[in-house]
Amino acid sequence: MSAVFEVINLKKAFGGLVVTNDVSLSMMAGDRVALIGPNGAGKTTFVNLVTGALKPSSGEVRLRNEPVTRIGPTGRVQRGLVRSFQVTRLFQDMTPAEHVGLAVLQRTGKSAQLHGNFLTRPAVMEEVDDLLERLGLYALSHRKVREIAYGQQRLLELAVALALKPSVLLLDEPAAGVPQSDTGRIEEALANLPADLAVLMIEHDMDLVFRFAKRVIVLAAGTIIFDGLPADVTKDARVREAYLGSYANAGLKA
Amino acid sequence: MTEKTNSTSTASAETSRTRLRAGFIRRDLYGVAAIVIVAAAGYVLFPDNLALLTRIIAIALLVLSLDLVTGYCGVATLGQAALFGSGAYAAGILSAHYGINDPLLMTLGGVFAGAVAGLVCGIVMLRAHGLPQLVLSIALVYLFHEFANKASSWTGGSDGLSGIVLDPLFGLYEFDLFGHTAYFFGVVLLLIVFALLRIVVRSPFGMLCRGIKEDPVRIRALGASPHKALIKIYIISGAVAGTGGALSAISTQVVALDALSFTQSAEALVMLVLGGTGSLFGALVGTVIFMLFEDFVSAANPFHWLTMVGALLIAVVLFAPKGIFGTVQDLLSARRNRTGETRP
Repeated sequence: MSAVFEVINLKKAFGGLVVTNDVSLSMMAGDRVALIGPNGAGKTTFVNLVTGALKPSSGEVRLRNEPVTRIGPTGRVQRGLVRSFQVTRLFQDMTPAEHVGLAVLQRTGKSAQLHGNFLTRPAVMEEVDDLLERLGLYALSHRKVREIAYGQQRLLELAVALALKPSVLLLDEPAAGVPQSDTGRIEEALANLPADLAVLMIEHDMDLVFRFAKRVIVLAAGTIIFDGLPADVTKDARVREAYLGSYANAGLKA
Repeated sequence: MTEKTNSTSTASAETSRTRLRAGFIRRDLYGVAAIVIVAAAGYVLFPDNLALLTRIIAIALLVLSLDLVTGYCGVATLGQAALFGSGAYAAGILSAHYGINDPLLMTLGGVFAGAVAGLVCGIVMLRAHGLPQLVLSIALVYLFHEFANKASSWTGGSDGLSGIVLDPLFGLYEFDLFGHTAYFFGVVLLLIVFALLRIVVRSPFGMLCRGIKEDPVRIRALGASPHKALIKIYIISGAVAGTGGALSAISTQVVALDALSFTQSAEALVMLVLGGTGSLFGALVGTVIFMLFEDFVSAANPFHWLTMVGALLIAVVLFAPKGIFGTVQDLLSARRNRTGETRP
């Protein structure tokens, strides 16, 4: 089986400051990978390089064996690389149905149509209803986003990403800012992600990492210092050195 | 058991879809009816002032076009009259220089020229964001103005373009001195544009535009290009503004440089803010109120009418920041919520 997502010797320097140094990784369909690292490790830069928001100094990004390094952010989304945002970015005045509907229309190439309304289109709405139902948001379909709870907004963010039918999903701290009482539902949604989807999760919450990920990658000072099983990550001397204490302890507890 | 719940939920989803669609059509019909009633009332109340009413319609088309880019997409511009004026000059030049005097062809010419001007302005303005974008829009309208001024063999320069002759509409209705035909022509144009724009703002593309206004980064993450969509809305906006320009050229049979002016652009923005951005009715309400107010107040007190217009604007911005239409709509929906009714 060939890799669905590959990063090869990716490097980014701002002037003399190297923020991403020779990062390589590859993912297969169905992978569940967590990318962790202390603050300032270059996780955000890595995400921006991968999604196309930043141009790398050198190196390559490949999606399903196609090099996409020269393709812009929208082109990468169209080729199946979808991201979610660390801080929810939703349209406050729109409803969950409109969000998911817009994503479905965009995926099917109909978002530029000048007539008709998706709310009355069975083909689109069946998919919208189905996705919202799966994430437990169906009852809120036609409420404005500003009126729904933050935890539900995080789930909607996930629904929008899934509506684009990605082959690789980048989750940027999917549970960030969600009250403890609601994290269960987010984790449930994460556990129910499509089996053939390759998921790369950037996360701080180590409990979540250990429950979700089958593989952990540790980034420190722009370099990958560990790539392996979750069980081994806390035993790794370099990781301990990079992190110091608290996270490693949380891992041992779990 | 699960099958049963599924089928009932599908059925209820279907009825709610039908209801939604019925709601859209009903609101569209209300809108069309409102325009027809106001137009008829204007005709009955001001039979001697049809020229003013026709001018209001032409400017309303300009303000609608501005609403598309500013209200729906969040692009700030003080150069919208460039598109309006292009339509006016195109319609005028067709008649004055090419002898194409059919009002429908002249209008089509205005629509086309407006759309092309929209494309040009869009390509230039969308290179920038925020304040630089606003400055570019002002620069553009001055360039268009100066171009029309210098190309005086085509446009008549500062004397204005005259020599516009009109064939009867459909070969039947002469454009009379009192402006009856021009007024009816304008009302019908407005109704057509309004109906088409209702369809556009509700379409997938309209929703995409609303999304771009709120968060272009999010739209990009959906795989859609905000830039492409904005160019497209600029072309549509240009066509609408061009329609207004053509109507103005046809109804007055002259085109003055004012049609391309910064002042006209700024006034259009004022009207839009007055009525309420982001809704087609807001644009219409703002235009009608501003222009009638201007007309009455300037007749009543020719020395201080601008002061009064300024005072009205300040009052609206301070006490009704969503504009007159937006505020009335909010009040109505608040009352409906109190009485316990829910919107379909």
